[in-house]
Amino acid sequence: MARAVTNQRKMINTGAAWIIGLLIFFPILWTILTSFKSEAQAIADPPIFLFFDWTTENYSTVMERSNYGRFLWNSIFIAGGSTILGIIIAVPAAWSMAFVPSKRTKDILLWMLSTKMLPAVGVLYPIYLLFIQFGLLDNVYGLTFVLMLINLPIIVWMLYTYFREIPGEILEAARMDGATLRDEILYVLTPMAIPGIASTLLLNFILAWNEAFWTLNLTAAKAAPLTAFIASYSSPEGLFYAKLSAASTMAIAPILILGWFSQKQLVRGLTFGAVK
Amino acid sequence: MGQITLQKVTKSFGDVEVIPPLDLDIQDGEFTVFVGPSGCGKSTLLRLIAGLEDITSGHISIDGNDATDIPPAKRGLAMVFQSYALYPHMSVRKNIAFPMRMAKMDQAEQDRRIEQAAAALNLTDYLDRRPGQLSGGQRQRVAIGRAIVREPAAFLFDEPLSNLDAALRVGMRMEISELHKKLATTMIYVTHDQVEAMTMADKIVVLRAGHIEQVGSPLELYRNPRNTFVAGFIGSPKMNLIEGEEAAKNGGHTLGIRPEHIDVSATEGQWQGTVGVAEHLGSDTFFHVHQTGLTDTITVRAPGEVSFRHGDTIYMTPRTEQLHRFDDKGLRIA
Repeated sequence: MARAVTNQRKMINTGAAWIIGLLIFFPILWTILTSFKSEAQAIADPPIFLFFDWTTENYSTVMERSNYGRFLWNSIFIAGGSTILGIIIAVPAAWSMAFVPSKRTKDILLWMLSTKMLPAVGVLYPIYLLFIQFGLLDNVYGLTFVLMLINLPIIVWMLYTYFREIPGEILEAARMDGATLRDEILYVLTPMAIPGIASTLLLNFILAWNEAFWTLNLTAAKAAPLTAFIASYSSPEGLFYAKLSAASTMAIAPILILGWFSQKQLVRGLTFGAVK
Repeated sequence: MGQITLQKVTKSFGDVEVIPPLDLDIQDGEFTVFVGPSGCGKSTLLRLIAGLEDITSGHISIDGNDATDIPPAKRGLAMVFQSYALYPHMSVRKNIAFPMRMAKMDQAEQDRRIEQAAAALNLTDYLDRRPGQLSGGQRQRVAIGRAIVREPAAFLFDEPLSNLDAALRVGMRMEISELHKKLATTMIYVTHDQVEAMTMADKIVVLRAGHIEQVGSPLELYRNPRNTFVAGFIGSPKMNLIEGEEAAKNGGHTLGIRPEHIDVSATEGQWQGTVGVAEHLGSDTFFHVHQTGLTDTITVRAPGEVSFRHGDTIYMTPRTEQLHRFDDKGLRIA
């Protein structure tokens, strides 16, 4: 009897999970489907779900009109560069906060996180002026630096929570075993924190990849990443849905594939290490 | 060599002084046990010796050399932690090798010592496993193995057996004692369990609130506790402490008598009471006796075959030569 109830509940849960999953995935699915329609069918009323004339014409037009490779490279450079730079700065910071906390550590962490609550547009003006001053507009290095700063609080927080999971006694054992601070970090701490560092890398790569506000405002042509590539196909009149969809699909495809293969790390990352 | 001397060592965390000025001498090759209730500062004291905590003032010397400002890695001491603190990402072999790798020891010598330690600790078949695949007792052995291969000046044990089940604890107690006999290296062992202290130690240091209450061999502490705290802490079940008229009659403020030094009878004796709970261990039975007019409960140990029922009247006679007398400050009256 008890088993029957459990099975029934399991089925309801599974069903609900599928419905919610499909609901969330639907816009992406719709974008992908639309990218294979002709412009006329893309705006057809009522909308056509599956039975349209499949065409790859949008993709060839988009490839012809814009240099996808350059946008892709800029995205990889900016997302990868800002994440790696962020990790290099955040690891020592998180280490000291996790293992040698002071009275103010909690306050500093909260203050850092509070910068994420500030509307980005609030600092657009000063940063824009600084970029003009330093000649960094439309420059991949400038953008990498800004995105690193934007995501740094999250990187520090994530690493901090992962490091906190490492028992202090193990580090003390290493110290007793004759390890110097360098040995301790290299041979004991880092290997133990690798799953956490990997999750942090992944999540922040994705965040930086999808970041649109700064990439759109601080670039023009040279340093523009895939977000700008999508934006270049959106017209205020709402025309060319199919081409816009094709561009979007091309922009999200790399990150979708990356996400698919690293689901486990991502879940760990998104739950801040609560799930193992 | 492993002679450790503490001179006027103190430790404060912020405004809280956990170790008031303390002096202690630990001889080379001695098995010293720090024992006391939780929060008495015994683990802190061990961590001060290890160098994992900085002392607030005073001096620590190891083998005559001032070690006060030497980092833990350079003190030549090995520590076994309560949580074992093994490196989870390394195999047993690598765990044991770690201190030697840090010392950049010759590989052949490393292998030789690993084999030797593994053989001594019954770990040979497990060398390629990860700590996560081992039982609690095996993990504890790996932690000990990691400590012995360094051939340290002294071993520090921080409640190493408290995560093990009772049967395993008795076994490991023996193994550590054996190890001490074999290596003849100084060992400092922290525990809150007075049975571990009594069975393993050459020298027991009883601590309370950071103060040393008494230092001595297990039997010295059992026979001549310096005060009522040590009297109550050492020995199981606890010594009966009686105050008031009966104590005054015997020339003290407090009178102490161990449960095993009271003879019982169903018909006559010096004291009379009502039997409460009886704990049958088979070889012995402990009776908790109430309504004696002396104190709430008097515990007595009787041979296993002696039988009283709950509510029976029991007569008890203390052995006069085994009575302990303490003054109004709790100090022993010689």
